[in-house]
Amino acid sequence: MAAIKQVLAPSHATGRLLLGVVGIAVAVAVISMVGEFRATQLASMAYLGVAAAGLTLLTGLNGQLSLGHGALMAIGAYTAALLLPDADAGTPLPVVLLAAVAVTVLVGAVVGVAAARLHGPYLAGATLALAVAVPGLAIYFGDTLGGEQGLSVSVPDVPVWLADAIFFLTGTDPSRGRYVSYVAWVVLVIVLVVLANLARSRTGRRWRAVRDDEIAAQLVGIDLGRNRVLAFVVSAACAGLGGALMALAVRLTAPSGFTLTLSLTLVAAIVLGGLGTLTGAVIGAALLTFLPQVVTQFGGGIGLDDVQSAQLAPFVYGLVMVLVVLLAPAGLVGSLLRWRMRRAGRRTSAVLDGPPPSVPSGSDSSDSSDSEPSDDSPTSTQPTPRGAHS
Amino acid sequence: MRSTIPDKLRRGPAAAVVVTLAACAALSACGAGEDREESADAARNTVGVTDDTIKVGGHFPLTGVAAPGYSEIPTGHQAYFDYVNANGGVNGRQIEWVVKDDAYNPTNTSSVTNELVLQDEIFGMVGGLGTPTHGAVIDFLNDEEVPDLFVSSGSRQWGETPEDYPSTFGWQPDYVIEGKVIGQYIAENLPNAKVGLFLQDDDLGADGEAGVRQFIDDQVVETVHYTPGNTDVAPQIAKLQAAGVDLVVGFNVPSYTALSQLVALKTGFSPQWIYSNVGSDPNLVGSLLANFSEGAVDGGAGMLDGVITTEYMPGADAPEDPWVQLWQKVWDEHGQDGELTNYRIYGMAEAYTFVQALQAAGEDLTREGIVAALEEVGADFEGPGFGPFRYSADSHLGLSGLQVVQLKGGAGEPLTPVLVTDLGDAEIEEDDSAAGDAPPESGIPEVDAVD
Repeated sequence: MAAIKQVLAPSHATGRLLLGVVGIAVAVAVISMVGEFRATQLASMAYLGVAAAGLTLLTGLNGQLSLGHGALMAIGAYTAALLLPDADAGTPLPVVLLAAVAVTVLVGAVVGVAAARLHGPYLAGATLALAVAVPGLAIYFGDTLGGEQGLSVSVPDVPVWLADAIFFLTGTDPSRGRYVSYVAWVVLVIVLVVLANLARSRTGRRWRAVRDDEIAAQLVGIDLGRNRVLAFVVSAACAGLGGALMALAVRLTAPSGFTLTLSLTLVAAIVLGGLGTLTGAVIGAALLTFLPQVVTQFGGGIGLDDVQSAQLAPFVYGLVMVLVVLLAPAGLVGSLLRWRMRRAGRRTSAVLDGPPPSVPSGSDSSDSSDSEPSDDSPTSTQPTPRGAHS
Repeated sequence: MRSTIPDKLRRGPAAAVVVTLAACAALSACGAGEDREESADAARNTVGVTDDTIKVGGHFPLTGVAAPGYSEIPTGHQAYFDYVNANGGVNGRQIEWVVKDDAYNPTNTSSVTNELVLQDEIFGMVGGLGTPTHGAVIDFLNDEEVPDLFVSSGSRQWGETPEDYPSTFGWQPDYVIEGKVIGQYIAENLPNAKVGLFLQDDDLGADGEAGVRQFIDDQVVETVHYTPGNTDVAPQIAKLQAAGVDLVVGFNVPSYTALSQLVALKTGFSPQWIYSNVGSDPNLVGSLLANFSEGAVDGGAGMLDGVITTEYMPGADAPEDPWVQLWQKVWDEHGQDGELTNYRIYGMAEAYTFVQALQAAGEDLTREGIVAALEEVGADFEGPGFGPFRYSADSHLGLSGLQVVQLKGGAGEPLTPVLVTDLGDAEIEEDDSAAGDAPPESGIPEVDAVD
């Protein structure tokens, strides 16, 4: 029994897989129950979540700060748009998503090789340039990429088997908006399971070693550059995937949708949620999706005029950001985890989405090595990655 | 065996998914109660309409770079709808007007349009603003068969192909016919000018250029483009100057009128300027100039004196015009704070056309009905426009008449009579038959319902 229990625990890969399946089931159920508009909002949350999850892995786990993930999303989105130009294109969605990942991985590898040589503000600067330059490409190659007005994305019809299944379950045919939402959430859950597995694998431990102390990592034989590039590529793949989902949800890819603001939004999402935690990335994405709309509605509700309620949203967003940084500097999830750990009598700093080290001792060695060494590495919880020693 | 489920749920990334989903479900549950899908087509056809209300909405940039000027447009709609409502509404129905901010970002436009259509359940969209922004939602609106009336943009895509977008109607004159009218004016009056084109890098620039080149292709010596968002236009202006241009035709938005004027002032470049009516609001450009130059330039409306542009309906600079008097009266009675501006007049004029469409669609208002009514009688609507609308089964393009004017002290002095034309090779004809229309005494249109 104990063995089964251990296998099914979320600290074990099989347990995570199982919870992933449960997660997909819950997601499908929730999307089917909520109204049409909430379903489209959930789709937005999912695409932000996919990209933010990849970014939190890069920044939180490997210590590289990227301000250019919006550009990588743009690459994924434009790939999807080029494959879905009109209703006759008929490219199956899995192909579209995989193609978006493939193209972004290529770009990510090139950028990653450059990024691996840079640290701290220099890396931020280089990726910032990416965020500024990529939308410009869409304008320069206006004939192919649609220029300022962008490319419209034609979402394929809902597959008959899926429509039948959904009709069987809920009694209504899914609209395209809801269909995109299903797809986006299935992708999000798969991405989270894969990333969680990766974070707990040998690769994940190497990335953390690189982040925490380069010299020590090199001494134990870890190739810094290779691990940085790999982390960047994985993260880029997530951004590309998120971008492709965004294209499907928005039905248009235009340069004005991929401004620097998008990259900063992603960074804001992971800082709000808690750097390095996948849960935090998802919660950050949820906040950024729902907060503006709810606040604007609230503004209208208390009698502000349209312009004032529209201006209330960025104001509250800024306020929340300041409050989180002041009161919960490790982000919402990060601070919660810390608080729980302190309560549990253990003094531990940031944790990468792992359970607190309260699993039966000795039963799972990978877990205990997951938690951060101790709170004598203060930089590991700061929202900016630590710079180089060298 | 003691249950381990609570333990599982408390930690682990996959558990996080479940918890987050539950949170979302709780969050989504608020307000999601009433919007269950209606499958019946009949119900869909009358979404947003009750016996005593009609709900319509639009997306506008209320925040962000495009907000100056454009954020005033929906206040014009609001004032005119309030005026109509105070006078009993249309067929006994009060008009509810819902405005959403998209900050001129297509991603936001998509999400606020979802909100308008799926959550607020509007009957139709009125006046959705912007070419890239509205482009993100035109497919969705037509898929859902939501009337997409009077897009606040002059791109030809809002009406050139009604077979592709049966629910979408343009409103203002498209940029092609404006280009044609400007091109013909140059060919006839400034045949020796060396023309440079200053174009925004989207339909505004491309359509305008196509129209202008129909008449003066051989006079154009240089063409430059700018990207909205990049505020440095010095290279473009320098290029025009280097090519010896003495007449610049600009198809650009107001902030780029101000930026181009500022650069030209700095470099001592003083050609004759012609701007599209999109970018030539003298008051807004004046205040932008004062703003951008940090006070170095006096920002009066007179900054654009001598500039040539076009007009397609009377603006705030013509207070004697009966239409402007109506707008002034409506604004005084129902407007919010602030003066009557050309942007507010624009919103009110769109709202006026929408009321005409509602009247034409009759008592039994349906989404199909209003589209059919516009195609049938929309071309006969009498309104503030100098030319008639082109609405028919074959075209959903908006106003067809413009007049070339020269700005002086913030007001336009006519250089040509009203010129009416259409896309392609359509002749440019003098036709001021629609320009003499005066609003009815009540200030509310009187259109008969079609059968």
